[in-house]
Amino acid sequence: MELDPLLLSRLQFAFVVCFHAIFPVFTIGLATFIAFLEMLAFRTGNPAWSRLSQFWIQVFAVAFAMGVVSGIVMSFQFGTNWSNFSYAAANFIGPLLSYEVVTAFFLEAAFLGVLLFGRNKVPPGMHLFAACMVALGTFISSFWILAANSWMHTPEGTELVDGIFGVTSWGQAIFNPSFPYRFTHMVLASFLTGSFVVAGVSAWYLLTGREVDANRRALSMCLWLILIGAPAQAVIGDFHGLNTMEHQPIKIAAMEGNWETTRGMPLLLFAIPDQEAERNHMEVGIPRLGSLILTHDWDGEVLGLKEVAPEERPPVWIVFWAFRIMVGIGMLMIGCALVGLLLRRGGRYWQQPVFLNVLRLMAFTPFVAVLCGWVVTEVGRFPWVVYGQMSHSEGLTPSLTGGMVLFTLIGYVLVYAVIFSAGIYYLMRVLRAGIESIDWPEEVHDIERPKRPLSASHVSIEEGGHGHARH
Amino acid sequence: MHGIDLTIIWAIIIAFGIMMYVLMDGFDLGVGILFPFAPDEDARDVMMNSVAPVWDGNETWLILGGAGLLAAFPLVYSVLLPALYIGVFLMLAGLIFRGVAFEFRFKAERSRNLWNWAFAGGSMVAAFAQGAVVGAYIEGFNTVDGRYVGGPLDWLSPFTVLTGLGLVAGYALLGSTWLVLKTEGYIQQWVRRLAPWLLLVVLGVFAAVSVWTPLVDPSAFERWFSVIRLIWIFPALALLSAWLVWRGVHRQHHATPFMATMAMFAFTYFGLLVTKWPYVVPPNYTLWDAASAPGSQLFLLIGVLFVIPVILAYTAWTYWVFRGKVRAGEGYH
Repeated sequence: MELDPLLLSRLQFAFVVCFHAIFPVFTIGLATFIAFLEMLAFRTGNPAWSRLSQFWIQVFAVAFAMGVVSGIVMSFQFGTNWSNFSYAAANFIGPLLSYEVVTAFFLEAAFLGVLLFGRNKVPPGMHLFAACMVALGTFISSFWILAANSWMHTPEGTELVDGIFGVTSWGQAIFNPSFPYRFTHMVLASFLTGSFVVAGVSAWYLLTGREVDANRRALSMCLWLILIGAPAQAVIGDFHGLNTMEHQPIKIAAMEGNWETTRGMPLLLFAIPDQEAERNHMEVGIPRLGSLILTHDWDGEVLGLKEVAPEERPPVWIVFWAFRIMVGIGMLMIGCALVGLLLRRGGRYWQQPVFLNVLRLMAFTPFVAVLCGWVVTEVGRFPWVVYGQMSHSEGLTPSLTGGMVLFTLIGYVLVYAVIFSAGIYYLMRVLRAGIESIDWPEEVHDIERPKRPLSASHVSIEEGGHGHARH
Repeated sequence: MHGIDLTIIWAIIIAFGIMMYVLMDGFDLGVGILFPFAPDEDARDVMMNSVAPVWDGNETWLILGGAGLLAAFPLVYSVLLPALYIGVFLMLAGLIFRGVAFEFRFKAERSRNLWNWAFAGGSMVAAFAQGAVVGAYIEGFNTVDGRYVGGPLDWLSPFTVLTGLGLVAGYALLGSTWLVLKTEGYIQQWVRRLAPWLLLVVLGVFAAVSVWTPLVDPSAFERWFSVIRLIWIFPALALLSAWLVWRGVHRQHHATPFMATMAMFAFTYFGLLVTKWPYVVPPNYTLWDAASAPGSQLFLLIGVLFVIPVILAYTAWTYWVFRGKVRAGEGYH
């Protein structure tokens, strides 16, 4: 079989970006949660809030460090595998990606150290300020990344002259048509991810009766956040869909598995799309609901995949099913929020074992939903890297051979497998150690401690190790 | 922006960033390279403690340089990364391994040896790959219409293997003189014995590369022997610095060997820059060919001019807080 550098490069990018994305999506939400906790601790003086904050800051530190390490790889991917795209689009995406780096470093240099290590060294107000700035910084970081990504979907404010994109309006290019929807959708996704992870972990502690007071508070807070966030996400998702329908109708057609342009399109719940035969097998759907959702009209017209040539259609089954998994998880989230609300009567939400077990399992679902959402939007724009203006094959590095990409793809998989299984294993150790671990004695002189993310936790990496490293 | 050439400003920023990276990540990579040869496990603890507070700040400059190149000199970014495809991967893999090894070695007991090797191996691979990049840069890149058209292993030649090994030795020298500064007792004695040998190897490579460069790049010969004689100041100062390193180690100074090694690196780097000036993608493209649109350069410049002083201040503060000798059994856990 001939190795295709284009396909392998796309796989490689998908792999490294998916691995990277799970960390920031969690830390953005968690940073806000920590800022909330700090604010509550500051205003009420109740030690439960600051205990919670101290514990979750440790978790934040590990996830943040993992995000930074995997982000380094990302900043080189554009050049190694997509050099033609990088060269053509550098006038716009170069400064944006650089601003993300600049924001991240500024944040790390100025505030992260204070948040992680400054609790007893700076006034409480200053510590709270640092927590808020770290949260704000994570948003600004994602602002730049999503502006660059959204521009690739809905390029405006730029002009393609002699193969180079020149910026005609920074405002239009940054705040391009899909940016507000994508950014809000992603920010809410981060909130939900942070909330479900904290809720799941708290539920797990509550099931085993650990630190009941603090964990009950954390769970309650998360359930309120989810109650607002999950339905809001459905609404934002709908607006995002309408925006996509306007700018990338073929992506919508793939999401809905809709081959023919029709009025009164059904909403398919199940189908097996067949790219070759240009139709679906085993369709199960609700008549006309698809048109209603997309056009807000029972008889609205929806474009079908056959409007474009077969080679310009995305792989339908991937987009179709990724979309359904994302929406399905969203529905489960709304369900959890409502059940949580009902269980508030009599304070059962933190005592009902079935509910707590469901929450424990739900902790993993936001990651799946976020990755599926990205698969929908990125696979769905096939074959364009800059929508309508530059295709994937035009953006690829011309000197690549299939063998080269296969080598690095295997390499990245191996490196990530070793490094991130260690990282995630360690994260699990920190979670298992729980809030109690903040009471473990520290035998180091404060002044000697480096101000770096992972040193915020002093849990040993090995099973059966002491609470803290030797010496 | 009348009268100010943004491209020159960006060239200075990027050149400064690369120099900061080489000097700062250089000594902590060097500590990693020396790791397997340390007298004992306590010495390794001290070695790691000496760089633990600063190493990830040092790598800041690499990422800033990479992103800055994309924004300010997209041609450099989109030719060098494809040309160095495999090398870049090896460097990143090396840096990731050593970075994570750094964090986990302190939290590990039984698996400590494994993290030791990951730290040392990662450091060596990253240093070699960076040295080979320098060599490949001197050799130049095979381009047509601003696109790299060479093969995947063009960057690996006898010349680049020499520069790769040279940089491994150079970083090891930086690391050893850093340890002269930061340690005492038997560890300091060990690196004091080691440093002159490393200096000898580095000077050997320095001489070989200097003789070899005009052979792989005829324009370098032109530059050094017929145009501007003033540039001979750089190799002269590099050699003077080398002598100061040797003298500092010999006279048991603590700080001079490290300072002089940094100066030696800096002057060698300036020498390389004047050899290639104004070509940034040798042999065909100059700074101005490679530059992005002035509006893009300006847009980013505002942010960078704001953040570089903050990073420098933070870096200086960190080094100040962690000044002085690192002793066994204390410090970072």
